[in-house]
Amino acid sequence: MKKLLNKITELLSKEDNEPRSKKLYGLASLYNTPDEIIKAAAAVAGRGFEKFDVYTPYPLHGMDDAMGMEKPKIGYVSFVFGFLGLILVLLMMWWMSGIDYQNIIGGKPFFSLPPSIPITFEGTVLLTGIATTIGLIILFAKLPSINSPIQDTEFMGRVTSDKFGIVVKADDEKFIPDDVKLLFQTAGAFEIQEIYYRESNLTNKTPLFNGKFFVAIIGTAVVTAIVSYFTLNWVLYDVVPFDWMWKQDRIDAQSKTNFFPNNSGMRMPVNGTIARGFLPYEYKGMPDSSVRLLANPLAVSKESLERGQDRYNIFCSPCHGYYGEGDGRLRDQFPKPPSLHNQKVMNWTDGNIYHVITNGQNVMPSYAEQISVNDRWNIVNYIRVLQRSKNASDEDLTKAK
Amino acid sequence: MSFDATYARELPLVESKASFREIDDAIIKPTEEKPRKGWWVAFGISFTALMIGAYCLGLTFYYGIGMWGNNQPVSWAFGIINFVFWIGIGHAGTLISAILHLFRQKWRTGIARFAEAMTIFAVMTAGIFPVIHTGRPWLAGYLLPLPNQNGVWVNFISPLLWDVFAVSTYFTISFLFWSLGLIPDIATMRDKAKNGVKKTIYKVLALGWSGSNRSWSNYERAYLILAGISTPLVLSVHSIVSFDFAVSVIPGWHTTIFPPYFVAGAIFSGFGMVSTILIIVRKVFGMEHIITVNHLEKMNKILLATGMMVGYAYSMEFFIAWYSGNTFEMFVFINRAMGPYAWSYWTMITCNVILPQLFWFKKIRRNIPITFVLVIFVNVGMWFERFVIIITSLHRDFLPASWAMFYPSLVDLGLLLGSFGFFFTFLLLFLKFLPLVSIAELKAVVEGAQPTIHPHPNGSNGKH
Ligand code: HEC
Repeated sequence: MKKLLNKITELLSKEDNEPRSKKLYGLASLYNTPDEIIKAAAAVAGRGFEKFDVYTPYPLHGMDDAMGMEKPKIGYVSFVFGFLGLILVLLMMWWMSGIDYQNIIGGKPFFSLPPSIPITFEGTVLLTGIATTIGLIILFAKLPSINSPIQDTEFMGRVTSDKFGIVVKADDEKFIPDDVKLLFQTAGAFEIQEIYYRESNLTNKTPLFNGKFFVAIIGTAVVTAIVSYFTLNWVLYDVVPFDWMWKQDRIDAQSKTNFFPNNSGMRMPVNGTIARGFLPYEYKGMPDSSVRLLANPLAVSKESLERGQDRYNIFCSPCHGYYGEGDGRLRDQFPKPPSLHNQKVMNWTDGNIYHVITNGQNVMPSYAEQISVNDRWNIVNYIRVLQRSKNASDEDLTKAK
Repeated sequence: MSFDATYARELPLVESKASFREIDDAIIKPTEEKPRKGWWVAFGISFTALMIGAYCLGLTFYYGIGMWGNNQPVSWAFGIINFVFWIGIGHAGTLISAILHLFRQKWRTGIARFAEAMTIFAVMTAGIFPVIHTGRPWLAGYLLPLPNQNGVWVNFISPLLWDVFAVSTYFTISFLFWSLGLIPDIATMRDKAKNGVKKTIYKVLALGWSGSNRSWSNYERAYLILAGISTPLVLSVHSIVSFDFAVSVIPGWHTTIFPPYFVAGAIFSGFGMVSTILIIVRKVFGMEHIITVNHLEKMNKILLATGMMVGYAYSMEFFIAWYSGNTFEMFVFINRAMGPYAWSYWTMITCNVILPQLFWFKKIRRNIPITFVLVIFVNVGMWFERFVIIITSLHRDFLPASWAMFYPSLVDLGLLLGSFGFFFTFLLLFLKFLPLVSIAELKAVVEGAQPTIHPHPNGSNGKH
């Protein structure tokens, strides 16, 4: 472990000891006091140098003026992105809740301004902050620049601690080494150093932020994504508590349990229990003839017919077909029922049809468990409508007029 | 410059004029040395607390939040109390680093870095609670407006969602602000470090910061902008936290005074926590000359002011309950002060309103042991404030038939303890590995750090 760590460190800190090339990056000078440096900076700027910079352990008031610098421009970045954040967040909310998926919440408008203000504000601040930071680091401070020639020099060690320094770069048009040295000396520099490029600066190879580094980062991201996908969706899929609450401490219907004496998870109703709307049928199992007197208690009404149609389509149409012609969707999988428009059924009393629904007939099962008494009569009414419309005559047309 | 001149007459920011090297050494020393015994003891305690919290969290994850004392009607309890408490703690950090920066209060330099770190850790601690309160925190992604199979989006008019945005923005901005402040300091540490792992890490973290004035110039402006946006942000965050309550229709919550009242309370509690920890830290790390009695005194003044603000809010709530003529409202407040939770109400009043009055006396403000005791009381009082607001308003609402008492379960207490463990573990790691005072900022405010002349390249020599 320790060896590995040392190895990594060695690799990473290679540039510390990396040999410097013969190419001059610039001349650096060090000063003791803030007053000295600010005077020196003004002098360097006054000479018309453009590629120079002042290095201080903390920001010095008035240095911008002394260097003849323009006002900092980072504010524009913040403003543009802040404004963008405001618009984007507002648009996002407007589209998501006003357009894409309208949800009625307390009868309020899908989108309105007042309740959108808090999030809009937060979005504005968020984008401003992120843009300001990233903008500063990348655009204005030109970081990361770990490999810059002035890093890892003695000069750098002083100016991040207790001294103040100026570097005039060699690629400035007015750069003449002896001239610059003289300028530094007259300005009161207590030390002047030459800073050379690293070898890697010239070959444009940065040891840390190179291709391999980014491949490693992207690789890690991909591996993490894949691993977490499989852990979440395959490994943890069936593990409490990540199992979407599929496993719960409860007895499922029709499952075995030791909780009840008969080991059955299913509870039967107490003997004699009658569900609402399911009064027991007095002619159960009796022949058709006995039910002639059973009268339809429901008047024909629009509600009754609609309900009847609804129930009929659900319970009867699979076998009998939507129009009672015996051509339901279960064709060939179940004995074909006779048409409900045959003379026999046409002549039946309502009570007779009711009897078939409740009691069943030969292969047709009883529907007493599924359909309430009332709905059975609704269905009967609806069957009457089907029969009437199937057997309509020309007179009906004139009558309807 | 006249401003600095007046300032110079005030008490010095750093006692005894220290050279820049000495400042570097003093601040970087704790990060270089092996941790002291005191640090290990503190770390041991907080880590144990953290582990207890983690165990309780495990129980909560496995069995669900039925492990907590929450019931009907008290469906919000410790989870939300702790959330509001920790978020509030965080606010002092932003106040010190951003608002005092905007007001050019230079005394903040000694404590700003530390307070910001505290903000970040406090917000992290706070963020845990609402997420675990959802019951299945691994599905917390649904809190964000992310595209999903159901095609449905989050409810943008719910204050709870505003909270999601507010807290996450707050964390991000605080973190950026703090990291930005750290860059120059890490550069200093980088150049001080000998070769080795440490140096490499610093090197990467400092991003190659060189202290160039062209960077400083934009850096300072960026810092100002971040301070400028953090200030309304911190106010918005606790206002939005208060909306969680104020936008509901529960008597005792449904009041317009909540946003300012919560913000004042947050600052109050945050300063209480900053003082508590700083008093220990300056002693342990021997930084009495950098974090001076003057700092503590100034913070005590803020405690006095914000303490009276919350006191005003407490009394105004009672007044409005009476003035509104609303029976439910009146009942809630009478129940607060005289009902079964009266003890918590009076604890709150004593700790937050009565005891801080002692800070009127300069002797007490500058007396560190007494200050320490008082700020501990402030911490306790502010935790109870949230307890009072949440529990007493919920436990007796409109229907007397559904009234109930709330009793925390062991898991509740374990999580509360764990939250302290979490916070202090991070804080101690910060104290060990990063400079707890901003080196660059501190150097900039010591005597003689700024130039007395202001020359221009064209030769004019502006003397002030
Ligand atoms: C599973 C298929 C199936 C379903 C569903 C079904 N039936 Fe039947 N039905 C039959 C068959 C098969 C017969 C013929 C039974 C026989 O052989 O007597 C029949 C017979 C009948 C008869 C007597 C016809 C006659 O000529 O004897 C009536 C009336 C009737 N069904 C009504 C209904 C009603 C009303 C429903 C809906 C509640 C319904 N059926 C649902 C299969 C079904």
